[in-house]
Formats: sequence, structure tokens, C-alpha cells
Amino acid sequence: MARGKSPPITEAWRGITFTRRALVVGGAQAAVGIALAARMAYISVVDNDRYVLESESNRVNLTLVPPRRGWIVDRNGKALANNRVSLRIDIIPDRLHNRDVVLGQLRTLLQLDGDTMQRINRDLKAASGYQPVAVAEDMSEAQYASILVRLPEMPGIAPQRGFARNYPTGAAVGHLIGYVGAPNAEEYQKAKDPLYITPGYRIGKDGLEKYFQPMLKGKPGARRVEVTARGKVVRDLDTQPDVQGKTVHLTIDADLQEYAARRMGRESGAIIVIDCLNGDILSFVSMPSFDPNSFSDGISNNEYSWLRADDHQPLINKATRGLYPPGSTLKPMAAIAAVQHGVDPGERHTCIGGYRLGNRFFRCLGTHGSVDMPTAIEKSCNSYFYWLAHRLGYDAMAPTAKLLGLGEEFQLAGSNQRYGTIPDSAWKMRRYDQKWSASDSLNAVIGQGYVSVNPLQLAVMTARMASGRRLYPRLINRTFTNEPLPFSAEALAVARAGMDRVVNGAGTAVRSRLPLDGITMGGKTGTAQVRGLASGSRGQSGAWKYRDHGLFVCFAPVENPRYAASVVIEHGMGGSRAAAPIAKDIFTFLYDRAKAMEALETLEAGWGGTIKERMDRDYAAWKAGAASDPNPELPQ
Amino acid sequence: MIVVPPAIQRIPWKLIALLTAITGFGILVLYSAAGGSFTPWAMQQTIRFLVFLTVAMVIGRFPLRIFEDFSYIAYIGVLVLLIAVELLGFVGGGSQRWLNLGFMNLQPSELMKVAIVVALARFYAQLPPGNTRSWTALWPALIMIGIPTALVMLQPDLGTALSICIGGVVVMFVAGLPFWWFGGTAIAGAAALPILFSFLHDYQQKRVLIFLDPESDPLGAGYHISQSKIAIGSGGIGGKGFLNGSQSHLDYLPEGHTDFIFATMAEEWGLIGGLALIFGFFLLLRWGTRVALKARTRFGQLTAAGLTMTIFFYIAVNLMMVMGLAPVVGIPLPLFSYGGSSMLTIMTCVGIILAIENDSKTGTRRFH
Repeated sequence: MARGKSPPITEAWRGITFTRRALVVGGAQAAVGIALAARMAYISVVDNDRYVLESESNRVNLTLVPPRRGWIVDRNGKALANNRVSLRIDIIPDRLHNRDVVLGQLRTLLQLDGDTMQRINRDLKAASGYQPVAVAEDMSEAQYASILVRLPEMPGIAPQRGFARNYPTGAAVGHLIGYVGAPNAEEYQKAKDPLYITPGYRIGKDGLEKYFQPMLKGKPGARRVEVTARGKVVRDLDTQPDVQGKTVHLTIDADLQEYAARRMGRESGAIIVIDCLNGDILSFVSMPSFDPNSFSDGISNNEYSWLRADDHQPLINKATRGLYPPGSTLKPMAAIAAVQHGVDPGERHTCIGGYRLGNRFFRCLGTHGSVDMPTAIEKSCNSYFYWLAHRLGYDAMAPTAKLLGLGEEFQLAGSNQRYGTIPDSAWKMRRYDQKWSASDSLNAVIGQGYVSVNPLQLAVMTARMASGRRLYPRLINRTFTNEPLPFSAEALAVARAGMDRVVNGAGTAVRSRLPLDGITMGGKTGTAQVRGLASGSRGQSGAWKYRDHGLFVCFAPVENPRYAASVVIEHGMGGSRAAAPIAKDIFTFLYDRAKAMEALETLEAGWGGTIKERMDRDYAAWKAGAASDPNPELPQ
Repeated sequence: MIVVPPAIQRIPWKLIALLTAITGFGILVLYSAAGGSFTPWAMQQTIRFLVFLTVAMVIGRFPLRIFEDFSYIAYIGVLVLLIAVELLGFVGGGSQRWLNLGFMNLQPSELMKVAIVVALARFYAQLPPGNTRSWTALWPALIMIGIPTALVMLQPDLGTALSICIGGVVVMFVAGLPFWWFGGTAIAGAAALPILFSFLHDYQQKRVLIFLDPESDPLGAGYHISQSKIAIGSGGIGGKGFLNGSQSHLDYLPEGHTDFIFATMAEEWGLIGGLALIFGFFLLLRWGTRVALKARTRFGQLTAAGLTMTIFFYIAVNLMMVMGLAPVVGIPLPLFSYGGSSMLTIMTCVGIILAIENDSKTGTRRFH
């Protein structure tokens, strides 16, 4: 329509146009209104389910409650690891609105140091949403209460009454139980479990705690609370309790374990006690140790450095990871092997203070004259066993050693073993590409040279000799056949008789005879050289770390063996001097606790208190910059 | 037979009932939003409503002639106030939207919503019919709309600027300006949208972008829209019940008593409450449109139509905003949201429309 031809614009036309256009505008408004009503109906009816859910997830906040960890108990149900109440404070980052003020208040109230504040700030930066960040754990009731009363002024703060792992005997079970710790980033990535990033949750990091983690962990509980957008909890909705982890029953005797650990005193070494009836490990001690309670609370860098700096190596489990030349403790085994190979135990050899092999003279510790096999064990006569080894060769003895458990890696819960070497000609050929020589046999038979074993193996060997069965060591109730060893009764009897005479005859450990009526102990001392004989020193003096190791293997009662044990004292200067007295007290404890405790208390008074007291003092001294070395000249 | 005195008869009881119903519902929601308390909002809103209702009734009694005569003066006066605000803001070193009058903070931009409609209606009422399709019908109107819009955009207040524009444009539209001018402008405007977008402030651009994709920033600026939709959606058909809205009571819904009050209401009253409120607004707008159609003078027609559109624009943009159909622009829901400025504007609109209605009852139509 051309503009020129349009009708003349009059008031009437204008009026009609107004009416028409006002109706258009009104109609458009009505259309928008209907569209809005439809939109609202869509949101509130069609999408209702989704928005109800979102509204609920706004309103309700779910917090995981870390489960209480299962206990680890000894054979009598006594706790080796349990839980104690731990009061803790966390921050929920999403609800923290006035960060600087709240952190400032926390700092004053809890007297947090700069390191802690730094860590909290770092964690807050890394954390997201409702992932709590730990502020303080193991707070006193007073500190906890001081936070509780100020809670309304500090949105984002979440106090919690949680649980922490507790080891009642502390360092005595360090290497046996291991320890727990907060999961690290790697472990969280692997598990993808939100529980892993919940403050207060701990997983097993070492030893039995790690091995039995699936059993011990339990099921987390959950707490549903109504919260405002600012994170203030309005009310509790419901709480689902956690399910505590299962209890792990060990074969350990907690009292014996603690006694053995304490009896070790300031020495470094290991003690294993095995039940000769079924292979139960009654005591599994490696000292010095760490206090697993320190680890479960998150060990400080200082304390960890202190442990690392100690030359007694408290972080190494010597019971299964310490390898030692067994020295003369292997002589009863050699005797069994000899009898099995047709040597008459009554046959005599004359000790002239050593044994000549070709142009070399192998020394004995004394000049024992004419000795038979039991006497050779009793006196620990090297010459006799040199003679046997030269005659039979060590290839005849190594299989016996292996049957008795030496060189064997045991399937043992949670342990990490170094199983050492029982050498033979094939081994030497493989390892060094050299032929076995007669002098190798002579060194091996007295437990030196290529031979190395761990304390657990020594205990198993003794238990097998004492019981005549192939006992398999166990920490939990597993069933083994424990079949009889293929040795003649005569062979075993000779070994036991020799060991009986070591303690109860005129042997090397007569001073460690049991102070009990009717119960006697059989044993064998061992003194293992750390430095070769050629150095001229006998390892009986000088710097601690060059001294001889002292070893002792034993069983009791002699007539009907029930218990077997091995005691290894690093650099103890001799089996009869360092190891046998400890074994004596431990066996005494098994039969007469009062008498054994009396002996221990006298000793501990001389050492300067219990393990914990000594550790605390050493740590304090170390922190103060004093030498970390405990005085090696301390009396035994 | 009861004789109702004429003075009583002349009071628009139906209108008062409608306004009271809408505002009363809003006061209930404010009571709930405060956690079941008359303070701080419900009581204040009640007093304010009574005052402004009286003002509206008084304005309604004024002869229409007065509005026509003072329209340009009022427009220029408000324009001066707008410039004053701008200067004050410049001096104060920040954006300022109000003048402190001592007893209340006056937002001149709110007054401008009314003034622009009245001034333009006056302009087109005076324009000879023959000029309706000519250039002289266009440029003065564009200048009259352009200056205040630009001033308000400087504040910056996108919602109010849009509202001023729409009010003016609707007056131009019903005044009979050629249809294709509007169509052409709409198309040109759509084409120029990206350019206009670049003129917006960062936070305004962000709002628009987030409106287009609210889930992109659910905890940041998209939070408002997300939480509002959750509140409305979780209310369902019947709502969660009076005083039982968790979104508003637990503070998840921001501005639950002002711009987002519709969401607060919908959570507790559900779809039924929402439809009832929309129906209430429909009745109010229908009244305004009917007054426009029946107005005795051309000034009355144009003014009523423009003011009705102004009221509608508030309602529509607010509802679209809370339902996630429009960006968050900060426009309150008329009579419902807590706040004095918007109620003053709406009640002024209602008062002027009432004056037009009264005028149409007193004499004959004179523009035929």
C-alpha cells in the first residue's frame, strides 16, 4: 500500500487504531501471562521430583562418621590395639564465610602454632565443598568446651567426638602390630572412597594393621543434619551408627609380649617365643621400637628424625628383617644332621684348641680334650663340629637346616621377611660361580661364613627340634598339619640332651638355669662375629657396633617341651652373657610371673624406668640437642 | 431501602479489594520469610501499603486536566532529578540511584517510569491526527525516551532503563505510529543486539550469559536462578505449606523477600498460589486496559495504556526472572516484593489510571 493512497488520518481513524492496538497489547500481555503460568506449571509439576531432590540436598547435609576400628586382641582377649575417645575440630570449607575471623579465633582459643595455621590454610585451599579440613585432634575437654560455647559465632566449625587408635602397651607392640595413619592422596585415588578424605579416618599403614585392614575397617556411619545456606546446623535429622570393624584374635600373649619387650632393656635385638604344641607365636618382639600411638596421631617430623637417627634402628623389625650369623646356635642342628648321616653320637674327637685343615688352623674357644657329641654341644666345642663338617661336608647338613625352618620364608600375617641364607655347594656355584671348599663347610657349621638367619627362623628351628614336628609359626588361628620331622628319635634326643647340659650341666649357660622347681630349660648359646677373626679383636670390647652379637635359642621344659624361644641381642658380646639371661627371665615369666616381675623391676630401676619413660627422656634429650645415642656402657 | 451516600459509592471498592488481596498475600509471604515474624518486613509493608493506597485514592480524585497540564513540567523536573543523582554519584565516586530526602530515599528513575508515559501521552494527544505518520510524530518522542534511558543506563540500571523504554514505546504504538516502524526497529534491534551487549557492564554481561546457561556457574552468579527454580519446583502443586519453605527459611534463596519473593511464595503455596497471584495480576491489568479503552480523552487513553504496560512489565520481567526465563535484572514484583520505591511507582500508576476512570464517568467523550 503506497503511503499517498492511505485514507486520510482523522480523529475517528485514530480512535479505531487505538482500540485495535490496545487490544493487541492487551492480548500480548495475556499471552505472556499464560506462558508464565504454563512455565510455572512445568517447573512445579513436571520437574517437581528433580527440584524436590535438589531442595532436599540443599537442606540436608550428610556427614560420614568414620567407623571405629576393630580391636586386635591377644590369645586371652586382652587388647593389643583398641580405640579411645578423641575430641576433634574440623572446618567445613563450604560453610566458612568469615574465614579470617574464624581462623583467628581458633588460633587464640586453641593456641595453634604457625605450622598448624599454615597447614590449615593449605588444606583449605586444596579442599572443596563439604570436605572437612582437620584443625585439631585429641583436644582436652576444656579446649573442646571452649569451642563448643563459641560455636554460634563461628560458622563452618564442626566439633566431633571421634575415636583414635590406641595401643595400650605402646612400643612393645610396634613391630608386631604396625600402625595406622591418615590415608595419603595416592591411597585416596586408588580407593575413591569419600571416607578416605574424612578427617579422623585412619587406615593400616604397616604390619598387622595393614594386613588386616579389610577386616578391621568396619562400616562408616552417617549423620544427617538440616543446615542453612551459611552452614549453621538447624537440627539433627537422623544418625546411622557406624559398624565397628571385626576383632582380630592373635596367638600373642600380651603380657609375655610386654614382658619380653621390657626385659630387652636398652639392648637392640629380637625375642620370639613359640608354643611347641601348635606353632603359636606367643611373643614377637623387636627392640628398640617406635610407639605406634605416635604414628596414629600423625608423627611429628622431629620424632621421626629422632627415630631415624638412632643407631639401634627402632624402625627396623629385627625379628623378621634382621639377618645375623647364627653362630653356635646351629650346632644342635648340625648334630641332628650328623646322626642322620650315621655318625655315632658316642664317637669321640679330641679338641686340641682347634682343627687343622690343610695348612690352616681353625680355632676353638677352648681346649676341650676328648668330647662326644652331647659334650661338644654342651661346651660349644668348635673343633668337634669342624671335624664333623670336614667329614660329612655341609651339603649333608644344609637339608636338615632347611627342614628345621632355616632359610625359609614363612607365610605369616603382615610380616615382611628377609629369610637369609643356608649355603650349600649348588648355592655357592650359583651365587659366586665358585666350588664349595672344605673351609666353607667349617665356617658354616659354626654358623659363620655364608650362613645368615633371622630370629624368627631360630625360634622355629628350636621349636621343631623340641617338638620333633614341623611346626609352622602362626599369628592367627590357621590350621597346619605340623607333620613329624623325618629324624630319628636318637638324633633329636642327642640334640636335646646336649642343650639340656648347656644350661643344666657344665655348659656355656649354666648361669641362666631357671630359678624354678621341677622345670628346666634346654638351650644353646651363640656368639656371632661382626668383624672377622683376622681383625685381631674378639669383639668383646670397643665400639658398640663392632661387638659380637649374642644369641640364645632355648626350650622348656626339657622333658616335655612346651615353649621354644630365640633371643638375639645385637652387639651383646656373647650369647651366654647377653641373650641367655633374658631367655631365663622370659621362661620364668611363663611359669612364675611374680618372680620374673621382681627380676625385671630391679633391672628397670637400673636402666632408668619403663620403656615409655626412657623413650620420652631420650626424645627430650635428643630434641635438646644432646646425643641420641643411649649410653652403650649401661649395665645389662 | 438503604441509601448509600454518593461519597461512599464513588470509592472504588472492587479495586481496593483487589489491591488489598494481592498485597495482603505478599504480606503473608513476608511474614513467613521472616521466620514467622511481623518484623522486620511484614509490619513495615502493611503500613507502607496503607499510606500508598491512600495516596492512590487521593490521586484518583484529581481532575485529569491537572495531569495533562503538568505533564511536561513533571517530566522535566524528574529529568533534573536524574541528572542530579548522576552528578551526586560522580562526586561521591560511585554509582548512585537515589536522593536522600531525609524521610525516604527517592529513586528518580522510578518516577521517570510514570513521567515518561504521561509526557508522551500529552505529546501525542496534542499532535494533529494528520501528523501521526510523519517524522514530527517520531523524533520528539525518541528524544524524550532517549535522554532518561541513557541517564538510567549510566547508573547503571538495566531493568529500569528497559522499563522506561517499554512504557514510552507502548504509548507510541497505541498512538497509531506506522506499524512497520516498530517491526523494523525490532529487527534492527535484534541485529544490533551483539553491539548493545558489548556496551553492558561486565556484571551485566555476566548475568545475561549466565541466564543463557545457569548451570555453568551454579555456585556463583547462576546461584540466584538455580535456587529460585529449586524453590518453585520443589513447591509442587500444593506447596510445602505456610512457614515450611526450606529454601527461604534456610537462606538458600537469596533476596527471598524482595526480587525473589515469588519463589518464596511458590515454595510454600505451590502452583495453586502462583496461579492465584497471576490471576490477581490479570484482574488488575484487565482493569487498566478497560479504563484505557473507555477513556474519555485521548490523553487518558494513551496514559492508561502506557501505565498498564509499565505495571505489566514489572510483573512479567520479575516472573520470567524467577522462573529462569530472563536474566537477573533486579526488578521487584509489584505490590508483593518488600520495598517502598516500587510500591510508590505502582500506586502512582494505579492512582492516575483511577483518575482516568473517574474522568470517563463524569463527561462525554470529546475526541470524536
